[in-house]
Amino acid sequence: MAAKKMFGAADASILVTGLSRSFDDGVTRVTLKRISQTSIIGLTYPPTWSVSLLSMTIVATSMMLCVDTCTTQLQCNFFDKLRVVSLLRNSIKLALKQLKNWMAPEKAKTSLTTFPASAEIVSEPLGVVLVISAWNYPFLLSIDHVIGAISAGNAVVLKPSELAPASSALLAKLLEQYLDSSVVRVVEGAVTETTALLEQKWDKIFYTGSSKIGRVIMAAAAKRLTPVVLELGGKSPVVVDSDTDLKVTVRRIIAGKWGCNNGQACISPDYILTTKEYAPKVIDAMKKELETFYGKNPMESKDMSRIVNSTHFDRLSKLLDEKEVSDKIVYGGEKDRENLKIAPTILLDVPLDSLIMSEENIWPSPSNSHESFDMIRSRPKPLAAYLFTHNKKLKERFATTVSAGGIVVNDIAVHLALHTLPFGGVGESGMGAYHGKFSFDAFSHKKAVLYRSLFGDSAVRYPPYSRGKLRLLKALVDSNIFDIFKALLGLS
Amino acid sequence: MEGMKETVEESLREMRETFASGRTRSLKWRKAQIGAIYEMVKDNEDKICSALFQDLGKHSTEAFRDELGVVLRSATVAINSLDKWAVPKHSNLPLLFYPAKGKVISEPYGTVLVLSSWNFPISLSLDPLIGAIAAGNTVLLKSSELSPNASAFLAKTIPAYLDTKAIKVIEGGPDVATILLQHQWDKIFFTGSPKIGRIIMAAAAQHLTPVTLELGGKCPTIVDHHTISKNIKSVVKRIAGGKWGSCSGQACISVDYVLIEKSYASSLIDMLKPTIKSFFGENPKESGCLSRIATKQHVQRLSRLLNDPRVQASIVYGGSIDEEKLYVEPTILLDPPLDSEIMNEEIFGPILPIITVRDIQESIGIIKTKPKPLAIYAFTNDENLKTRILSETSSGSVTFNDVMIQYMCDALPFGGVGESGIGRYHGKYSFDCFSHEKAIMEGSLGMDLDARYPPWNNFKLTFIRLAFREAYFKLILLMLGLKR
Repeated sequence: MAAKKMFGAADASILVTGLSRSFDDGVTRVTLKRISQTSIIGLTYPPTWSVSLLSMTIVATSMMLCVDTCTTQLQCNFFDKLRVVSLLRNSIKLALKQLKNWMAPEKAKTSLTTFPASAEIVSEPLGVVLVISAWNYPFLLSIDHVIGAISAGNAVVLKPSELAPASSALLAKLLEQYLDSSVVRVVEGAVTETTALLEQKWDKIFYTGSSKIGRVIMAAAAKRLTPVVLELGGKSPVVVDSDTDLKVTVRRIIAGKWGCNNGQACISPDYILTTKEYAPKVIDAMKKELETFYGKNPMESKDMSRIVNSTHFDRLSKLLDEKEVSDKIVYGGEKDRENLKIAPTILLDVPLDSLIMSEENIWPSPSNSHESFDMIRSRPKPLAAYLFTHNKKLKERFATTVSAGGIVVNDIAVHLALHTLPFGGVGESGMGAYHGKFSFDAFSHKKAVLYRSLFGDSAVRYPPYSRGKLRLLKALVDSNIFDIFKALLGLS
Repeated sequence: MEGMKETVEESLREMRETFASGRTRSLKWRKAQIGAIYEMVKDNEDKICSALFQDLGKHSTEAFRDELGVVLRSATVAINSLDKWAVPKHSNLPLLFYPAKGKVISEPYGTVLVLSSWNFPISLSLDPLIGAIAAGNTVLLKSSELSPNASAFLAKTIPAYLDTKAIKVIEGGPDVATILLQHQWDKIFFTGSPKIGRIIMAAAAQHLTPVTLELGGKCPTIVDHHTISKNIKSVVKRIAGGKWGSCSGQACISVDYVLIEKSYASSLIDMLKPTIKSFFGENPKESGCLSRIATKQHVQRLSRLLNDPRVQASIVYGGSIDEEKLYVEPTILLDPPLDSEIMNEEIFGPILPIITVRDIQESIGIIKTKPKPLAIYAFTNDENLKTRILSETSSGSVTFNDVMIQYMCDALPFGGVGESGIGRYHGKYSFDCFSHEKAIMEGSLGMDLDARYPPWNNFKLTFIRLAFREAYFKLILLMLGLKR
């Protein structure tokens, strides 16, 4: 097999130039115009882009089968696979159904100050955008963003994560096969390729990954004044109040943690906060439900995902092996390096300054705290913060005083599936948001348009300036008709 | 500098403490602060106008129109609308999630940094400040050292009117900015040039700080003589006002250059000349209605742009420069070469190039060769041309049949795209600019579906498939045992 040619700066430049040309030729836009003119999307002769979106549905479904048969490095459990495909299909269906509404200009109200005028806000594509995806949900975090970019009318380059190489290869193959490659391209690779891509001028960069690399991406974007959306991570805390339905709480935490790629998700519960008195009850409930879900021997359970690769495995291992941490294990702790499996592990009262509590780790560890809200606030803002309680006042306080990308009360991670809520971080957990219309908006420029009449020009606007003009201006600023009349009549 | 470093650290510490105390979250506090800004401007109109006259030679009417008036209006709108802006937005959730509820609340970022500019030192400081306060943040404002009197006014007067533990002012130049940028802010709002914008964003990247950059660009003005000839007088006045009437062309949304069909160029010039005279008299330098250029360096820059012999040859009006008096005469150029420096850099001065085309439709092509500007202006009644401009060009905004006035429309977002900036503000957009939109979902502990949890079986899988598709009828059948 011939050695794969390295994708370098020159290749990146050619790629972007080609895509820009297609974008300028109106490939992504003309069809959008046609969409807005047809009353039903995807009529008898469906425009290119809508075929693209429909094709994605086929892609998504076929991926379901492919993932089963190929030996991917990341073997997610079946539920995860099902969820990914379903989320993608819903995303596509929503875009197809709503696009006409999303694209419609938004009327803006004008005031007396600019009378006579009419104003509107028009959504336009940004141009050629770059999507850099992550390894934990390689299909979801690639295709969902590509859907957003295309529906907004952009040309897009996707760079999937090299840490999920089979998924990356499959994405490259299927996207080029089904979609219009003059406007949608995939570049596979690692640091070299990403660096080459980042040196080009993009109209937007959408990055999903770690805070550390997020900084690198934003710094590169700064050179070209490229706006970015950064979907990063953070330690998502779960506060478990004693006034809650413990069985439901614990089931949801487990499903949200170990059920989601074995904790390898940006909004996985990272650590649990509960009171000293309540902790034993929480731990017991968790042990019981973990056994119900994964059986007595979780390492053998088919429903548990692997760790993505040995580097991550070693990192997690090290976190567990730290002296102060290893003796806090109250459940689990088994590791199998060969199969890259770590059993669901619960730690109690890990020191707050241990490595496991300071890195974004993906381990649960109930620690005790009366001032759990303060504890959360003393740490970098997470992507999600969770609270389980029946107490209305506590819910109110949590929602208003804890800052996070998103807050979920009495459930875990489900807000990911909601297209009516913006999904994004704040502070260390990121900037920008997406999902549903928010994706369309993330990849659009909202252009302000003002229509003015050529009639009726007020001399007040122009030099030479005088006291009379000043009076009228003051009245105009207040949009006060009475004052305006007074000024015009020279009475004020 | 050591002293400055300590001042910054101490200020940050105090602002963060104030934010953590929760005081700025109260809508009452925010309205009181914004009300105080209103009072401050109203009480000190004369002082402000005097400072602006000293810094830029601005006439008090221009100062009111472009700065004081803007701030007063912004404050009024914010106070009247804040309750509405702060209301959580409820979201509909799919039936499957019933009885869960979803909403989005706007929460302040925390402690934010506003870096202002020299050309409109009062409004470009206070307007973003109003937005930051409305959203509930604590704010540090760094005013520009190139408008020292306005800067001194702000530094002295803001502490007398506003909550000093939450809102602070720092004066200084690039060295102070450098110190400020080394620290972590929850948001940075910058108005200035693209060159500095890059530096700001790169510094912000180190801390993952979101930014709003209000930059500039060459704002082109298309004049479609065919369709507006009846109102040509208004058109000419508006263009002249948009070039020379506001800070002598030193505004991010100033008319930068005009595009017109060759056959009409000379009549346009013939109308512009008397218009300039009507604005500024025979001797604009002494008129008192034409602002000065900011500094000698800025005059030298404009001088350099004009010194290109090909550009010199294109001067049809004006062209004189008095560096001592920081004066550049209102100047008109006819067809300077498109590859000259003046046609590739934001002019930011009282020089107006008129670029002729054979057909006005060609103007779109010329605009597209340049970076996306903050605004595009077009005087036309041709609907086709309007549609082409809207769909084939990109800019922060487009205004038809007028110039600069989009700034006054606070229902429209004000911001750039590409080289002209990131983010937007004005009106509610200012509030949003300084807020984090936090999604809140509240699930129910009461209803729990076994199908959500492992161990998996066929029933659960079918259930989940149908649930995702929101095929409720089939779901019911499944649960009743009538579907497999």
